[in-house]
Amino acid sequence: MRQITMSTKTKNSGVKLEFNKGWGYQPAPESTDHIRLEKKYGHFINGEFVAPSSGKYFTTYSPSNEQVLAEVAKGDAKDIDKAVKAARAAYNKVWKKMAPSERGKYLFRIARMIQERARELAVIESMDGGKPIRESRDVDVPLVAAHFFYYAGWADKLEYAYPNRKPESLGVAGQIIPWNFPLLMAAWKIAPALACGNTVVLKPAETTPLTALKLAEIIRDSGLPPGVVNIVNGYGDAGAALVNHPDVDKIAFTGSTNIGKYIQKATAGTGKKLTLELGGKAANIVFDDAPLDQAVEGIINGIFFNQGHVCCAGSRLFVQEGVAEKLIRKLKDRMETLIVGDPLDKNTDIGAINSKEQLDKINSYLKIGSEEGAEMWQSSCAVPSKGYFCRPTIFLHASQSHRIVQEEIFGPVLAIQTFRTIEEVIEKANNTPYGLSAGVWTDKGSRIFNLTSKMRAGVVWANTYNKFDPTSPFGGYKESGFGREGGIHGLSAYLKIS
Amino acid sequence: MSRIEILKTYKLYIGGQFPRTESGRYYPLTDKKKNVIANICLSSRKDFRNAVVAARGAFSGWSGRNAYNRSQILYRIAEMMETRSSQFVEELMVQGATKANAEKEVKLATDRMVYYAGWCDKYSAVYSSVNPVQSSHFNFSVPEATGVVAVVAPQDSSLVGLVSVVAPVIAGGNTCVVLAATKFPLCSITFGEVLATSDLPGGVVNILTGTTKEVLSHMATHMDVNALVYCANDKSEIKSAQEGCVDNVKRFFHWNKNWNNAASQDPYMIIDLQETKTTWHPIENIGIGGTKY
Repeated sequence: MRQITMSTKTKNSGVKLEFNKGWGYQPAPESTDHIRLEKKYGHFINGEFVAPSSGKYFTTYSPSNEQVLAEVAKGDAKDIDKAVKAARAAYNKVWKKMAPSERGKYLFRIARMIQERARELAVIESMDGGKPIRESRDVDVPLVAAHFFYYAGWADKLEYAYPNRKPESLGVAGQIIPWNFPLLMAAWKIAPALACGNTVVLKPAETTPLTALKLAEIIRDSGLPPGVVNIVNGYGDAGAALVNHPDVDKIAFTGSTNIGKYIQKATAGTGKKLTLELGGKAANIVFDDAPLDQAVEGIINGIFFNQGHVCCAGSRLFVQEGVAEKLIRKLKDRMETLIVGDPLDKNTDIGAINSKEQLDKINSYLKIGSEEGAEMWQSSCAVPSKGYFCRPTIFLHASQSHRIVQEEIFGPVLAIQTFRTIEEVIEKANNTPYGLSAGVWTDKGSRIFNLTSKMRAGVVWANTYNKFDPTSPFGGYKESGFGREGGIHGLSAYLKIS
Repeated sequence: MSRIEILKTYKLYIGGQFPRTESGRYYPLTDKKKNVIANICLSSRKDFRNAVVAARGAFSGWSGRNAYNRSQILYRIAEMMETRSSQFVEELMVQGATKANAEKEVKLATDRMVYYAGWCDKYSAVYSSVNPVQSSHFNFSVPEATGVVAVVAPQDSSLVGLVSVVAPVIAGGNTCVVLAATKFPLCSITFGEVLATSDLPGGVVNILTGTTKEVLSHMATHMDVNALVYCANDKSEIKSAQEGCVDNVKRFFHWNKNWNNAASQDPYMIIDLQETKTTWHPIENIGIGGTKY
């Protein structure tokens, strides 16, 4: 351990706090001995785990140490068909006929069992996906349980959400989810679909299949009628088979804008109901009257939460000129305190990048950003030699035309621009094909309302960032998709209200 | 000698003005006896694109109007429709309607505009929510206009169909470019004249005449159009339009109702063309125990 030296004299500002140099952290790993993982997992179809029709399995690795975690059934069109048939039968024979209050009780039961197994779920989420245990334990898993609990209560109250209408379920919902919040996205998809009386076939992402399979165990143990929830793992071809299956009534997708467009095209003319939650390139705007220390925390949380694998990440920072120098200095100081490393360590702030493929993509953007003329700065932290890691990174002097400003990187990379006037920053912030989220930092109430109403984005955080709640609708404008998840507005995705 | 009647040249309505189609083309509208009633502008891709520029230019002003003001302007449109009712009736009859049906349709269309005028300052209260989040934040969701909307008007109706689909679009603060019914275009341009004298800012509603065959694909693929409302009934057109919508993740709606039915009006059509915006702000925790009074 180094000696504690909490501060040093600097040339400009007198005393500079250097927390990272002062305090060393002993490793504080979350134990994994209570985790039960099978060597091999099948698909969850019609209430039981079954082998894939092709007999093929794929391996899921821990991105933090590249160790094998399990073999998982690799789904194809045959498996999807089997799952859709199970979902259709369950819809017709059981779920559609069940009293809504009873549907709700199953969801309440699932919510409770998630809470009971919360620690296990959090640890597996961090092992399989690479996110810090602090986040999977304190954010993801509690929100998962809360989401089931919230929608459970809606099941027998749907008429109250639609004045003058009698809402009806759609049928079988096909749901495809990404790897950044594997279990949370499963909850966002399954809970409202079931509450609204639909049955589902869920296709998790191929790099993060495990927590959905644990959820399948919970669903099985809850006594939910077989076939109401089916989970088929696999790659893009399994997802495509689900999207194109003629007996699916609804597709819900969260993922990249490119795949979203493919799905929108594939469902054209089929009458399938579609909701899309796609990419983003959110502006996080700091005015010169903002509480700077809080803004710095918000910027950090905005871009480095979950390694920046967040569709609503605040990946474009706009700082008003008068405070730019000061804010960027504070931001760099704060970044120096971030701990990058073992996702299972309770002190870790930034875990592992989800896959090698994603790390390569992020690194390619670091190169592009530098080549385009922006000035790259990274914290000087150590990173583990094994596994996929990326230092928290900012680009100074970025401009609107830079690719790091235009394109979603989906990593811990922040592009910083400055602005002078409100008009200017509104134009710059909205000048993107995306419209998922935005952040505004100012002490002035009237300016908050001006800015939040001018942002063309579905979720706007004022003096905060990256907050989520089951009661709060989430979803985008423009090419960030359509439809909402969460809250009363999230019900429409799974109901016929005509 | 009887007086020679002055015939009207039917033009387009774009950006508050009445230009002819830039293409210089027309199609003849004939009555049952094959007499030419009017030469109707056959709109081109360029006309559509010009209209989108006008609609985009009008968007921030119109969506930024306060709801009471929008409500009054929609009501003003209804007032102007009422004063033009005999002209609408005549045009409907020229296009084949009986007098009784024509009069009924004009009354229904006018009343429908009044119905949506009343919704302008009410739908956001009905469809907003304050969301009781767990954390110490104030969180609320409100509807906001989607943006520029392309509309293929119902093709079997000259007036009531057009009014039934334009009214909910603009009541919600969107601007639009509408393709009128190809075979029944007369009332659409007269409706444009109503709009032009109704305090509605130019560009909020733009009206084209022509064919879906020529215009629909451009409506679907235009990158500065946020939503497409299709009110005709051709399955292959629906499919190709939905495929075109992919380029900018355009919202697509197929509205298919009997617009002559008095019940074919509801706020859910307004809501189709609204985005939901959710705003968060922290709540200070000092004095969290509350007050005793």
